[in-house]
Amino acid sequence: MTAILHVNGITKRYGGLTAVNKVSFEVAKGEILSVIGPNGAGKSTLFKLISSFVPATEGEVLFGGERISDRAPHKVARLGVVRTFQETTIFRSMTVRDNIIVAHHLRSKASLLGFFAGSRQARADEEAFGASADDIIAFLCLDAIRDELASNLPQGHLRALGMAIGLATQPTVLLLDEPFAGMNHDETMKMVANVRRLRDERGVTVLLVEHDMPAVMKISDRIVVINFGEKIAEGTPAEIQSNPRVIEAYLGSEDAAIGM
Amino acid sequence: MTTKNLLGLGTFLITVFVLVPVGISVSGRWDFYYTLTSVALLSIGAAGVWLTFYIGRINIGQGAYALIGGYVSAVLVVKADVSFWLTLPLAGLFCTTVSVLIGLPILRLRGVYFAMVTLVLTEVTRLSALALPVTNGAKGITSIPLPGELSILGLTIIPDFATMQNPKLAFYLLAAFLMVVSYAVLWRIVNSRLGHLCRSLQQNEELAASIGVNVAYLRVLAYGISSFYGGIAGAVFVAISQSIYPSSFVVTDSVNFMLYCFLGGLGYVSGPMLGTLLLYFGWNLLSVAKEYQLLVYASVMIALMLAVPNGVLSLFDRKGDRK
Ligand SMILES: Nc1ncnc2c1ncn2[C@@H]1O[C@H](COP(=O)(O)OP(=O)(O)OP(=O)(O)O)[C@@H](O)[C@H]1O
Ligand SMILES: [Mg+2]
Repeated sequence: MTAILHVNGITKRYGGLTAVNKVSFEVAKGEILSVIGPNGAGKSTLFKLISSFVPATEGEVLFGGERISDRAPHKVARLGVVRTFQETTIFRSMTVRDNIIVAHHLRSKASLLGFFAGSRQARADEEAFGASADDIIAFLCLDAIRDELASNLPQGHLRALGMAIGLATQPTVLLLDEPFAGMNHDETMKMVANVRRLRDERGVTVLLVEHDMPAVMKISDRIVVINFGEKIAEGTPAEIQSNPRVIEAYLGSEDAAIGM
Repeated sequence: MTTKNLLGLGTFLITVFVLVPVGISVSGRWDFYYTLTSVALLSIGAAGVWLTFYIGRINIGQGAYALIGGYVSAVLVVKADVSFWLTLPLAGLFCTTVSVLIGLPILRLRGVYFAMVTLVLTEVTRLSALALPVTNGAKGITSIPLPGELSILGLTIIPDFATMQNPKLAFYLLAAFLMVVSYAVLWRIVNSRLGHLCRSLQQNEELAASIGVNVAYLRVLAYGISSFYGGIAGAVFVAISQSIYPSSFVVTDSVNFMLYCFLGGLGYVSGPMLGTLLLYFGWNLLSVAKEYQLLVYASVMIALMLAVPNGVLSLFDRKGDRK
């Protein structure tokens, strides 16, 4: 397997609290890898470290062999490592389509001055963004709400829109923080299929944090388990389900059991 | 642009450049020139403040840039004998430079914190003008000559203001011209991708960064343009009054620039222009209330903000669309 992302002994301390403690793992190109763990285990913090939204206390993240820790988040996004947020994070006062169009920013070839002056390249870009946005809308089946104001959407659709925004940047690695939260069973299964297609049809490497265990077991190639900031297990869904340390961690918390 | 927009724009331009001068010369109310020139210049400064609102920052510091721009022009004209017409863009550029240096650290602040710092900035600028030798302290710079001739390759574009029969009209036309250009640029910014990106900042800076927007750069860019507007407005004001003092632009002016934006509407490019016109005339009309002027003014402002929180222009825009 060729690893595209290396997480090397990454640590994040907030004052006396160690949110993430010397976590290391690798992600293969085209893999779907889930990070699971009880509430407050440090999963979101780990994603923020990988996307460089918070600086690491120790350790580093390599993307394609290049160190991406300590870079500005927009630069990491530009390299192809893009995150979505656990909290529903969208541009509230824009329509669904406008949300997706603005997220194409990374792909503009024209300069800001070019956009200001309405240069030929700028107009070509705008056209391409519109077409690509429609493509993403079709891909995630958002046609019915394309012109809806984002602030009017129910939770399930917001999640999908968050993913659409991430997709618009054409990421190499997409980090999804709880993409199925607030969705009913049918919606979740649809999204699971979408994430699969994302990898199969577009070759995107996907990392995801999720509490919905049936969905995690169904979707993941491999799983990394975090407890109290430390990695306690790593392996295929079958290996994880029978791992005594994982079972213990989950029984010890109020979280749902890991079984199906 | 739709036909309706074009018609509106045409009506606006004809009013500003033809109807107003004709109306004034017929009625003989020459004092209106000074009022309308002030409104035009203040609305340029307000347009700048509006742009900082557009990236989600409350800017109560435009008075500082008007003062800086005014001093840059005055000092260059008086001490270095530079043509006013050259000092005009230089005043704007100097303000942009200052705002970039100040903006890099302070634009990280949000909400009331940024607002407080900009407010302090106005006061710091006034105190600096008092203390620095180049600004001549409290005595200010006076007897600034009127703008000279502007000619390109021997061709006179604008004649010497000192030789004009009616410099008031000339200043009015200059201010109106600058206002139209400023708002055209602002309109273009807002309706191009740049505006789209500004709106993304206003709504969620973290998300904007996650999709690859260089948030810090865009904030500084918007603030730099905003301050350019402030500097230009200040420079023309000084040319009209032919003098500048540390108290020429104070905290009250900074607050007013912000109020113009609020009143007109933060969702509309023409909002700050309408807000300036209404507030400037409203304040003058309220002078009949004598010592209660400020009280009535404040009450009306509060009532207006409660009644039309999205600005006066939202009254004509029932759909809530952006123009
Ligand atoms: N900015 C911060 N400052 C201080 N402590 C923080 C900060 N962010 C997170 N923490 C702490 O770090 C720990 C890990 O938080 P994190 O959000 O990564 O957990 P999580 O695994 O994503 O939990 P959940 O499943 O509830 O989303 C928690 O104890 C949290 O309180
Ligand atoms: Mg989390």
